[in-house]
Amino acid sequence: MTPRSVLLDRIVPMLYWLLLAAAVWILLRGHNAPGGGFIAGLVAVAASAALAIVLGERVARARLPLAPLPLAASGVLLALVSGLPALFSGHPYLMHFWGAPLEVKLSTVMLFDLGVFLAVWGALAGFVLALLAAWEEAA
Amino acid sequence: MNLILAPLLLPLFTALVCALLAGRPAWQTRISLAGAAANPLFGLLLLERAASGEVQHLVLGGWPAPFGIAFAADGLGVALAVVAALLGLAVLVHQAGAAEPAAPSPGLHPLVHLLLAGVGGAFMTADLFNLYVWFELMLMAALGLLVAGGERRHLEAAFKYFVLNVLGTLLLLAAVALIHGATGHLNFAALAEAARRPELAGVLPGYLGLLALALLLKSAAFPLYAWLPATYHSLPAPILALFGGLLTKVGVYALLRLFGQVFAGVAEAPVQLLGWIALATMVSGVLGAAYHWDLRRILAFHIVSQIGYLLLGIALMSPAGAAATLYFTAHNILAKAGLFLIAGIVWRLAGHHDLRRVGGLYAARPGLALLFLLAAFSLVGVPPTSGFWGKFLLVRESFGQGQFLWGGVALAVGVLTLYSMAKIWLEAFWKPHPDGREMAAPVPGLAPAYAAVMILGAATLGMGLWPEPFIAFAQSATAGFGTGGRP
Amino acid sequence: MSLIVPLAIALCVAAGVYLTLSRDLFRMVLGLAVLGSGVNLLLFASGRLGPLAPPIMEAGADALAAGAANPLPQALVLTAIVIGFALLCFGLVLAARLANMARSEDADALRATEPPGGEGHKPAVLEP
Repeated sequence: MTPRSVLLDRIVPMLYWLLLAAAVWILLRGHNAPGGGFIAGLVAVAASAALAIVLGERVARARLPLAPLPLAASGVLLALVSGLPALFSGHPYLMHFWGAPLEVKLSTVMLFDLGVFLAVWGALAGFVLALLAAWEEAA
Repeated sequence: MNLILAPLLLPLFTALVCALLAGRPAWQTRISLAGAAANPLFGLLLLERAASGEVQHLVLGGWPAPFGIAFAADGLGVALAVVAALLGLAVLVHQAGAAEPAAPSPGLHPLVHLLLAGVGGAFMTADLFNLYVWFELMLMAALGLLVAGGERRHLEAAFKYFVLNVLGTLLLLAAVALIHGATGHLNFAALAEAARRPELAGVLPGYLGLLALALLLKSAAFPLYAWLPATYHSLPAPILALFGGLLTKVGVYALLRLFGQVFAGVAEAPVQLLGWIALATMVSGVLGAAYHWDLRRILAFHIVSQIGYLLLGIALMSPAGAAATLYFTAHNILAKAGLFLIAGIVWRLAGHHDLRRVGGLYAARPGLALLFLLAAFSLVGVPPTSGFWGKFLLVRESFGQGQFLWGGVALAVGVLTLYSMAKIWLEAFWKPHPDGREMAAPVPGLAPAYAAVMILGAATLGMGLWPEPFIAFAQSATAGFGTGGRP
Repeated sequence: MSLIVPLAIALCVAAGVYLTLSRDLFRMVLGLAVLGSGVNLLLFASGRLGPLAPPIMEAGADALAAGAANPLPQALVLTAIVIGFALLCFGLVLAARLANMARSEDADALRATEPPGGEGHKPAVLEP
């Protein structure tokens, strides 16, 4: 591994949470403005990658909410499940519904977007961490 | 409730639930087998509707054309989806046994179901771009299964597979882009209308040639099959059966759907060429198999050879030719996968993949020998197996169209196939084991493997003994193919 | 504008093919990625270039305003980019692991899956 920098060691762990917060903001903003699950997922991958470069691949892997494969799988599952209400109510699969119970605007699309976010985070973080592991192993 | 999406959604959900159960292998296997068993049942429900000639449609999200992704379930797609689901079940049953199963890994069951979802999606889609997406899903799942072994030969095989197949999907995407640019459509029905506009007669044949090139690479046709024999033998038996049975056939299905139905009659030159490519594929595959002594390599080259027969039916450009290809594809998926599964049992009993290092299986396991003969005769085309009817339909239509050379070569290649099967029979089953290995003692854990082979053997025998309903279904499913009938 | 896009496609395809024909594993993967970019550009251009306004419908309208870009190729190309990106990631990890294992980045050194050389007309017997 490259020599460690005190500056990066201190800042990146804080940056990790900041980036994740930004990712959630982008995810929710994607409803009515540019943003969305895919871009938010990429920001979250950037957070994981930064952490892995500074503190090592194992630390970043441990910080993920689930292991990469189950994380990606749960994301895709969530996205697919968001289309089921339409299927069971006799509409074409993946038709979405909007509503505002308790004055909060909700929709099944949000579930889909959250799924995309988790899928991108899990899949791409998995690749990035596997790449870093291959290089750490070689070094 | 609309069941069109069952062939892709059911494996997809099974794959994801299996991925979430990565830490609990016993439950993962149970869910995986349950999903694989339910899949053919849903397929049969769809088949019942399709058999009456009804084509079911669905557009995702209820969006209007051209934004919605359209799916359609007609006889051709549903029949192959049922066969694919049956193969998926057999493969996972075999995996539960001790006959050269894939090494247990958390990704195995999710990837197998992901592959089945990609195959199901390709059979159900009615949209050219969506077809590309399903090919990519299959490619990703296949790559995951190829690297699962983790040794150097697995990674090497995966890398070769990766480079050549990514090239193939890029060609496919380029063809999709050019066709979309020329016609403005992606939906099969709309494409069929738009492609016959006279002002496109100048550019479209070239674009269709590119499309054919991409799909021929995916189907492992001559001279683009190099990736197949270079990679398949690195796989464990059940996964090899899944790959060998299904993946190349999806390319053939896409060729049949697009050139036999959607673009039928639009481009004459690529289709004429297809007949000669089919002959070259048959001959080069069977000759490649004749050289080898590794059971898996012999069978891998026979995949290539059989692809030639399927392409020949498409090149004949008639409803009878298309029906022959559909019947032959269903037969070939079952027979080919059965042989690969038997190869796994042979390896477990006799201890080697090289035919010169095994033997004595007829004396030790007459039942296995019988199952092998059934699958081998089916591949060669000896009555009363399904292979006989497949070849009969193809050769009869070739002669009927006056293509005596095409039909003659198809018959001659059958003789060469018999040579390879006879080689396997003489070396692995008839001659005594060269090391004098004692094989009389029962080997534990082989029951699932035998069950899987019997599922496939029963299907191919059934298609051979009672061919009328299957052939009648294939003929009704492909009515109007090759003559410009609209999807 | 309309000349730059075909030139860019040609450049991407030429560079991609050149890199893919290399014997170096990483160059091959990068070549496929560059080739993929060229194809993605082609896909994007298949919806006609020209109108630049974002394809967003006004509230209450049921059709795009005149002068809006074609939204379909944008959706298609986004899908293709995501798939291409995933394959690029996979290819890089695979090439890195393979180069580690084979102690070489030369495609000609990948001989573990080739049929073994033999004498006369028969290939040699494999290791069990």
